[in-house]
Amino acid sequence: MLFQSCLLLAAGMFCIGLYGVLTSRNVVRVLMSLELLLNAVNLNLITFSNFVDSHEMKGQVLALFVIALAAAEAAIGLAIILSIYRNQRTVDPNQFNLLKW
Amino acid sequence: MEIVQSVSSYTLTTGILLGCLGIILLPSIVYAAFLLGAVFFCLAGMYVLLHADFVAATQVLVYVGAINVLILFAIMLVNPQDAPARALDSPPIVPSIACIGLLGLLIQMIITTAWITPPWTPEPNSLLVIGGHLFSDCLLPFEILSLVLLVALVGAIVLARRDPAEI
Repeated sequence: MLFQSCLLLAAGMFCIGLYGVLTSRNVVRVLMSLELLLNAVNLNLITFSNFVDSHEMKGQVLALFVIALAAAEAAIGLAIILSIYRNQRTVDPNQFNLLKW
Repeated sequence: MEIVQSVSSYTLTTGILLGCLGIILLPSIVYAAFLLGAVFFCLAGMYVLLHADFVAATQVLVYVGAINVLILFAIMLVNPQDAPARALDSPPIVPSIACIGLLGLLIQMIITTAWITPPWTPEPNSLLVIGGHLFSDCLLPFEILSLVLLVALVGAIVLARRDPAEI
């Protein structure tokens, strides 16, 4: 029962994070929803590692890699947002349209 | 012991779901950032329930201690005083349908699959097993990860610094 409830929780977190990425008007909220997506994936990995692979825990190793890569990506994403804010003075992702023709 | 496990899992699940809904729905971005920290803490509790104690500690250290603090710093630096008028937005129909459809599909898949879980063998020290993996069969991703972190560090500093000509 814990197995399915953890999988359902991870699915719910993934869909909520996906909705946040698609519809936020603040780009920092988009990054926070992206962290929700990554955490949903981590929860899924650790759930399967606990119930299927409890002797070798390869899912936990992969979850550690996901945590480290999420940290690197959050740092770079926020640096990009800072640069764009200095030039455009807005955090609305609909207004990041300098590359549109 | 079953009661403790089920009460903890229900409490943490409720906390995580309410926190996630608050992150995407609250208009104030600072409340959303603090709710993100609360979600990360509850997730660390879930990892402890799932016998992943080292990953739970890493989650608290890296996600709450570094990523959440970084997001709060960015919110403090990037603070538009004129908020865009939300009332002029059309309601997001296509993303809602897509996300609810995906959620329904995943729920139906999770409930109707006959999961085969082998009997659980207690592993007293997960840190030794993880360390063994990181230095034997996951050694190459581990070294490449250190390079990725170095590049990300240098790249973030270069992107976010002020141009020396401005000062």
